[in-house]
Amino acid sequence: MPNRCLASSSRTMQFYSRRKKLIGNSQTEQLYGHCLQFYGQPPIENISLSEFETFAVDRLKLLKTVENLGVSYVKTSELYTKKLDSTKDDRKPQTGPSEYEKRRKDHISHFILRLAYCQTEDLRRWFIQQEIDLFRYRFNHLPSKNIREFLQYNNLHYHTISIDKKKNLMDKLVTSSFAVSGSTVDCQDFYKVPFQDALDLVRTRKVYLNGGYVYIPHQDIVTIVLNDFRTRLSKALALTARSLPAVQSDERLQPLLNHLSHAYVGQDYSIQKSIGKISLEQIDPLSAKSYPLCMRQLHRGLRDSHHLRHGGRMQYGLFLKGIGLTLDQALQFWRSEFVKGKVDADKFDKAYAYSIRHMFGKEGKRTDYTPYSCMKVILSNPPSQGDQHGCPFRHSDPELLKQKLQSYKVSPSGISQILELVKGMHYQLACQKYFELTHSVRTDSGFSLNHPNQYFMESQKLLGGPGAGVKVEVKREDNPATKPPNPIKNTVGGVSSALFNQSSKC
Amino acid sequence: MTTADYDQASLPDLLPLYYRRLFPFSQYHRWLNYGGVTKNYFQNREFSFTLKDDIYVRYQSFSTQNELEKEMQKMNPYKIDIGAVYSHRPNQHNTVKSGSFQALEKELVFDIDMTDYDDVRSCCSGADICPKCWTLMTIAIRILDRALRDDFGFRHCLWVYSGRRGVHCWVCDEAARKLSVVARSAVAEYLSLVKGGDETVRKVVLSDPIHPFITESLTVVERYFSQYALLGQDILGSKEAVDKVLALLPEDILFLCYFQTEKNPEMRWDTLRSMAQDKRTTAKKGHYFEMEIMLQYCYPRLDVNVSKGVNHLLKSPFSVHPKTGRISVPIDLRELDRFDPFEVPTISLICEELDQPKTEEEQEDTMENENKKEAGERRKMRDYKRTSLAKYVKLFDNFLEGMAHSRKGEVLKNSQKHFPPPECQNETFDRPMYQCL
Repeated sequence: MPNRCLASSSRTMQFYSRRKKLIGNSQTEQLYGHCLQFYGQPPIENISLSEFETFAVDRLKLLKTVENLGVSYVKTSELYTKKLDSTKDDRKPQTGPSEYEKRRKDHISHFILRLAYCQTEDLRRWFIQQEIDLFRYRFNHLPSKNIREFLQYNNLHYHTISIDKKKNLMDKLVTSSFAVSGSTVDCQDFYKVPFQDALDLVRTRKVYLNGGYVYIPHQDIVTIVLNDFRTRLSKALALTARSLPAVQSDERLQPLLNHLSHAYVGQDYSIQKSIGKISLEQIDPLSAKSYPLCMRQLHRGLRDSHHLRHGGRMQYGLFLKGIGLTLDQALQFWRSEFVKGKVDADKFDKAYAYSIRHMFGKEGKRTDYTPYSCMKVILSNPPSQGDQHGCPFRHSDPELLKQKLQSYKVSPSGISQILELVKGMHYQLACQKYFELTHSVRTDSGFSLNHPNQYFMESQKLLGGPGAGVKVEVKREDNPATKPPNPIKNTVGGVSSALFNQSSKC
Repeated sequence: MTTADYDQASLPDLLPLYYRRLFPFSQYHRWLNYGGVTKNYFQNREFSFTLKDDIYVRYQSFSTQNELEKEMQKMNPYKIDIGAVYSHRPNQHNTVKSGSFQALEKELVFDIDMTDYDDVRSCCSGADICPKCWTLMTIAIRILDRALRDDFGFRHCLWVYSGRRGVHCWVCDEAARKLSVVARSAVAEYLSLVKGGDETVRKVVLSDPIHPFITESLTVVERYFSQYALLGQDILGSKEAVDKVLALLPEDILFLCYFQTEKNPEMRWDTLRSMAQDKRTTAKKGHYFEMEIMLQYCYPRLDVNVSKGVNHLLKSPFSVHPKTGRISVPIDLRELDRFDPFEVPTISLICEELDQPKTEEEQEDTMENENKKEAGERRKMRDYKRTSLAKYVKLFDNFLEGMAHSRKGEVLKNSQKHFPPPECQNETFDRPMYQCL
């Protein structure tokens, strides 16, 4: 694969095409001399497109893990830390990546994701939140000598005060903060920080302030550093967004970056374990029992008008492939419905059959398209007048949604719960609630809905139906039910929930 | 002679005189230019004028001191407000691409208004003030000035009488001018202890630990409490007043029975105080109600919104207050306890003083300087010096000197970075000459 180039995102866009730039040892030492960094300097080297993609996807998976864990556990608790520890690559440098390689990957992947996540306010917020959580976890792991080095290296002028000074200020330090006791002053280092860097502590008067400086114990210096990190990253993303058009015009990068920001990195349901296990006669009853609302709506629309527009055909067609229909079954299904309408068999074969075969990867590029995830349905291609696709919780008028749920015999209290969730923009949680109500179950923390085919499979598992298939190993980390979370607060693991959740969980 | 009779109707005649012969333009420009360190700092500053018939014009800006003078002498504003230093000249803001015209810097300001204390002062209400309740301003200035200096490290705080019922503070340090909205809001919150509106009875709530800032503030309040609150405002005198105080106490403290026999307010207060201290030693939680009462009755009440905004406009020093005629003059903190708002010169007074025949001293002075300076300037310099405005302009001068001194010190410090001087204390280096408490 020919060498491509990495755009440096935080300054101007510079493309070094076909120019190899060798990085000297001293520079790399300096750049990666510390295991933790503020990502101040963009990487300046050439990497291959495949490395570009791999790095980005791996980091995205890591951030999603961080997000999932952050939902289930208190972010500084031991359990949380242990869980994050287990995601680290513990292979020895002989077999696995070296420390240098890990740091380099960390550096580059961060900057790639900046490109993908700088575009909208929601994306930025999500990205910043996960990066902060990841940073906090890593910072807390640093031994104090490394912390001092880190502060120095990053020009954070937070000096510790002498032991004598501490003794003199003992009274003031203890009375300034509830969390500071005599032993805190004795045992911990205290940092002198300009008050502008610790505004939250100043605002609430939780710290000793003198001469424009606040005096912070080591245990709290993390907050300060994190604020600094947040500010820097926020500014950098704003700058990156301005330079983005130049990057997006590169057609090698554009599809990848778009894919990343809409990424769903869970199971993709392209491997249908239950293939051929569903017969066409079962579709109608299945649509009532096990379809998520969006697909039920599409199926209903198809049966009623014997037609679906392109968006609906794609969303529903791929879903059907995901639940296990074969190409032949699909063709039969769609043809039988369309000929009841205005389309005759010939026209169907000419116009529509091709696209169904295309969905199954039998035409054109032969890409085997994957069924849409919830996020894709919610975020892309909003429906217009006459369309049936999309996510009803997102795209339907609440009144109409209410009527539909009533017609499906959902209880009034259930409907109001769903509408509350919709109002709070928790569309996937609303769908999950719909699942619970129609199956008369409570889902535990292990189930976080982010794919229509997942809905179908879970439903079939519950009902012991043919579409359950063999238990498929889910690639992302699931949250085991160690403590029963609040189902409203415990958001689903997909990015869209984080994107739409205004009230974030920190 | 203290105050000539002031009548708002005479403003149209007095203002031209004031702006031509009395307003301290040179000092004013020196202030807002800040040593010319930042390019266009003065030129990009917004002023707003309130003209006759309540016509209000914003986004006024000026290239030079001369231009400022000419405009003000032409428009004769009733009121002058100072706003922020913007990214472009405010008077050209319409030509700037939308979104690019931004407020960049401004002094950190505070506005203390007597009306915010109406629920705790019995002598006056609304726009009225009297020597009794003026003590509240004295307390406010002492507490806030100490905090701004000691806690925040700000050194150049200009306190100004608003002209009617309050005081303003302009914190002019470079660091203060550069503060963001969030930072200003944090500073204002740090300084706020009295919270709640009409529906809140108990406006000060203290809990462990008592922050050093609160302790320091209480020290100031205690100096004035007996004279101001117990005697002056008589807060433990009448039944009505006592009820108000008791409303702030927890229910299980029975003071009423003690107060039946004891009528002396100071004794009553002592009783209340010792009960509070007893309760503290016995109960598990910290009860600080005697401190809460003192703070609720005396602690400064500031409007956070005034301090928060970088682009907020505030009445300018040396502006006239149209309703009272008084000039917004700087307050001398060395003589704070003696400051009397009713002694502040009005525009009618100082205009009248202008017509006084020259004293011998001044005539000598004139002849000395005649050959040195331009006639107009000479006249101007003599003019305000002849009036009661003189001492306030001198105060302002001292303040400006202090800032100039600091700026020199900064330059010296920066140049000495590579050649550190022997052990020297920066405090004495930059001691402000203007004020110290």
